[in-house]
Amino acid sequence: MVESTKNISDDVIRDDVAGGSRVKLGDSRYSGVRVVSAKVGFFSRIKEIISRRELLVFMVRKELSVRYRSSVMGLLWSMFNPALMLAVWYFVFQIVLKTTIPYFAIYLMSGLVAWNFFLGSVMTSTTAVVENAAIVKKVAFPREVLALSKVGQSMVFFVFQLGVLLLAMLLAGSLPAFSLLWLLILALIDLVLFTSAISIFVSCLNVFYRDVQHFVEILTFAWFFGAPIVYSFSISLSNSLSKHHLTWLYLSDPMTPIIMTFQRVLYAKVSPHTIHGIVRVLPNYSPVWYLGVLALVFVASLTLFLLSLLLFGRLEANFAEEL
Amino acid sequence: MGVAVSIDNLSKRFRLFDQRFNSFKERALHFGKVPSHSFWALKDVNFDIEEGSTTGLLGKNGSGKSTLLKCIAGILTPTEGRVIVRGRLASMLELGAGFHPDLSGRDNVYLNASLLGFSKKDIDKRFDEIVEFSELSEFIDSQVKHYSSGMYTRLGFAVAVNVDPDILLVDEVLAVGDEAFQLKCIDRIRAFQNDGRTIVLVTHSADQVRQICDKAVVLKRGEVISAGSTGDAIRTYRDDLLADSASEEVAIDADIEASSTENESIPIKVVEPKKALVELAPAVFTFGDSEDGRFLIAGGALKISVPYETDLELIEGVVQMSIYDSKENLMFETSTIDLGQGDVHFPPQGSIEIEFDSVPLLDGSYRLGIGVRDKSGHMLGWRDLIDHFEVMNPTKSSGLLKLDPQIIVKNK
Repeated sequence: MVESTKNISDDVIRDDVAGGSRVKLGDSRYSGVRVVSAKVGFFSRIKEIISRRELLVFMVRKELSVRYRSSVMGLLWSMFNPALMLAVWYFVFQIVLKTTIPYFAIYLMSGLVAWNFFLGSVMTSTTAVVENAAIVKKVAFPREVLALSKVGQSMVFFVFQLGVLLLAMLLAGSLPAFSLLWLLILALIDLVLFTSAISIFVSCLNVFYRDVQHFVEILTFAWFFGAPIVYSFSISLSNSLSKHHLTWLYLSDPMTPIIMTFQRVLYAKVSPHTIHGIVRVLPNYSPVWYLGVLALVFVASLTLFLLSLLLFGRLEANFAEEL
Repeated sequence: MGVAVSIDNLSKRFRLFDQRFNSFKERALHFGKVPSHSFWALKDVNFDIEEGSTTGLLGKNGSGKSTLLKCIAGILTPTEGRVIVRGRLASMLELGAGFHPDLSGRDNVYLNASLLGFSKKDIDKRFDEIVEFSELSEFIDSQVKHYSSGMYTRLGFAVAVNVDPDILLVDEVLAVGDEAFQLKCIDRIRAFQNDGRTIVLVTHSADQVRQICDKAVVLKRGEVISAGSTGDAIRTYRDDLLADSASEEVAIDADIEASSTENESIPIKVVEPKKALVELAPAVFTFGDSEDGRFLIAGGALKISVPYETDLELIEGVVQMSIYDSKENLMFETSTIDLGQGDVHFPPQGSIEIEFDSVPLLDGSYRLGIGVRDKSGHMLGWRDLIDHFEVMNPTKSSGLLKLDPQIIVKNK
């Protein structure tokens, strides 16, 4: 039996390596061959993740129903929470600090929905692999799904928060820029891609260095102020930045253009008339400028995403031992 | 017959860290020289598993059998070589892995099956079967945290066997649940075999291999030392165990010597009492029907001889003997008094000879306890659970005792 005939021709094997090194099982197209080896094809990883999207849905559903199982209000909390937060920000900035930005709550929330999605995903994915050690050690599946399910979960909250924002816009009578909605969709694609990249990155790194989670907490806190969410880029920064020719540096944080696009579309007031006169809340860039920046962010995010997958693939080989 | 799983030059290296370094600080402090050594859990393993066969992976703890199974399952990535798996594979390395206590049984079935790689459509089709098999239909909508551990594993097993895999990997999980459920599991595995599906079973019970498998692979320190028929494999496995326990004895002896020179500085839990008055030498076992004299063939004749020496002018005494299984359950005990032999005379040098015409024990390693005492009950010398012998069962039957029943079905 040790040296029995091998009736799998090498061609067949090569084909299947190309088709997926850990091909899913539930798919009849792949009831053929599956190869487990040290060399994992890069695109086969992506293919495999896509093929296991159903698992992703189940995982997201699990996260949500576990999170809200014993609470009476269930998912309503995820709307109530941002609504309360909105009220507090409004009180602090508009009433206490008397900001010059009109409809400050709407301005803030337009950027904050995107940021919260990013932050929620990254924070929860940091521990995604570690907290699921039991299944990582016992079941074979693409482990990226663990991080991606946290992104999916945050996406659900994102939708709820967007709902709260739309409600607030309706109540305040602040209209979005309907003609630019397509920009919002592009920004959203960038946001999901960038968030997924970072989430996958931190989830695999945290397996080997547990202080990643503490690091992420501090880093994201600082990062929050790098993007124009609680302040306005045009009012506070743009003059001094362009004086030192550093605008490019400020914009090179992918979150910044994404959040600026969210504000441009949802808040939409570039230079509104207020009791303080005309306030230039948003930069006076054209839609083409936004399109160009978003395209750059897309390329950067995609690169980061692929690099994260590559790193994850490398590190994954030792997950079962390290946990 | 095709090949279901082929394993090509498979090697797996683990890095063992003497300590865990999971933070930057610790790694930075030990930069470049984290105390570690690597060891090969699997070394150049090559074999094919034929479609429709049931293969047992045998080996002692740490022989690499579970590592091999995890490599086949795709949980561990091999360091070198590859595994080619043809067909849908389900692994039962742990039943109910990934069950979430807060979710209902129903949700967990979907989640677990999805983790194993099955689509929602697949699961929908089989859901009723799964629930029926697990015998949990009343509880399927209650949270899993309210389940007993038996219910938990039952549901896990039900998912794994009902999702219709071509290849099933089983890691010592057959010992779960109550007896009725165990029987059901064995039945299920037999049905699997009859359907021509492939099963790979990790175990260290030779009994289970004989019962279920038609092929067996024995691993020792990550290397295949036998692959082929179950008989050969079990023999190799037993040899391996035997060789090992012999070296263990040497180690213990060395320990005792060391401690005696160091004047009891190390507390060792070896009973080394006052000097025995009758010194018993290691027992010599002679087996009747055995081909090579290494094993007792179940039901065969056994002769035990224990040489002894004594300085005492002992005239009368009693010999006491007992046989234990490997878990130290008493199998048999008797003495010259129990046998009605009266007092035994002991010359200063001699040997105690015990003969059995037939020992109806099945597979296993058995230990001998033997002692000499005087009439008032003082132990004069003893060897307890040190000598052992192995029994090989050539038949397919299993259990504790070798019985030879005849089963017929009569017309009324």
